[in-house]
Amino acid sequence: MRLDFTTLRLIDVSRTFGRRRALNRVSLTVEAGTITALLGHNGAGKSTLLSIAATLLQPSSGRVEYGDRDAAAGAAALRARIGLLGHDLYLYSELTAAENLRFFAKIYSLDAVERRVDAALERAGLAGRRDDIVAGFSRGMRQRLALERALIHEPRLVLLDEPFTGLDEAAREALRVRLRAARAAGAIVVLTTHDTAAIERLTDAAVSLVDGRLAA
Amino acid sequence: MRAFVRAVWIVTRKDLLIETRTREIFFTTVFFALACVLVFAFGFVREGRPVEDAAAGILWIAIAFSGTLALGRAFERERHGETLRALLISPIDRPALYVGKLLGILVLLAAVEALVVPLIALMFQAALFDHTLLMLGLLAAGTLGFAAVGTLFAAMLVRARSRDVMLPVLLYPITVPVIIAGVRGTAALLQPEADEPMARAWLAMLVLFDVVFVTLALWTFEPVMTE
Repeated sequence: MRLDFTTLRLIDVSRTFGRRRALNRVSLTVEAGTITALLGHNGAGKSTLLSIAATLLQPSSGRVEYGDRDAAAGAAALRARIGLLGHDLYLYSELTAAENLRFFAKIYSLDAVERRVDAALERAGLAGRRDDIVAGFSRGMRQRLALERALIHEPRLVLLDEPFTGLDEAAREALRVRLRAARAAGAIVVLTTHDTAAIERLTDAAVSLVDGRLAA
Repeated sequence: MRAFVRAVWIVTRKDLLIETRTREIFFTTVFFALACVLVFAFGFVREGRPVEDAAAGILWIAIAFSGTLALGRAFERERHGETLRALLISPIDRPALYVGKLLGILVLLAAVEALVVPLIALMFQAALFDHTLLMLGLLAAGTLGFAAVGTLFAAMLVRARSRDVMLPVLLYPITVPVIIAGVRGTAALLQPEADEPMARAWLAMLVLFDVVFVTLALWTFEPVMTE
């Protein structure tokens, strides 16, 4: 079943870890075809919010809606439409670039796996390094590969945690181009950053989190 | 069902590919198991004669200790780069992820046992190959029971700071019945007059443990993996 949705809606979402409240009654709606930035200092709750949107964490209270569904309804079909790039890159350093992409393409039951892998490596500028072990890659190369890993199944909801970390200016521009293409394809893109210069002329909206609350 | 089996195979194949490339877990586990057997051999073999029933106990201690090492390392791999999160956000059934990881560990432990069993047979003059099918059954069922619980706990503890300490603390009390059944079943086969009915009874007990542990693990893996 291919699940589709055009909005991500967080309604009064709170999340506590023990006695610490990481998110406090956050409400946010994001539409398809937009890029939204979540701004805030370290520990503001940005990554927690992304984890909840990615269905990896359950909110302590409140709810998350993907179109007219919540996370519990059609969980696997919903997860198939989400792409997540974490601060850690979710890559197997013992596998080659092509093997990493091939593994995730198969996990997502995609067709034409080799064509997708080749195209992804081309976009990441790693076609010449396809059979090299990821452990030997620079941070920037791994970041580019990880982005393609997160997007290989053309997700409707793209969640990126500090995607500009470790990238030089050329790679940052390439990432911006890739995100604009995802937006043009109708994806809901939500990214966290504390580097406002990196997202200039990229995002359609920006919201700030301060101590787990939406500031603006 | 086909999708489930396919997902299991993708996960297992990935683990085996990484292991054949690095051989990190295999060498560590084999070295530990062989060292364990050799140390016990010095303690329990006097003037070429082993202490009675020692071989059965040492076999299962070697399997349990090296298995714990393998379980910890197998999930350490998923912790580096947080790849476990990438698997959890993917559409594959979480029980398929569990079974895939479990199969990878079972293949690894089978390889370790293929080296440890002949070594024990040699060092302790143990007739481990006289009742090959029963012995294989005991090893397979015992290893499955141990690894089924271990895989669940290793996955649960992957983000815990004290996971290396916590894994054996949680694992051994629950798998003690499996280890005891494995030891008693093996010991029954190693007697001068092998007690096959007794070995079969312990094998049946191990199969029962396997059914309970695998069912519980499949049932609980999804909720324990959702924070």
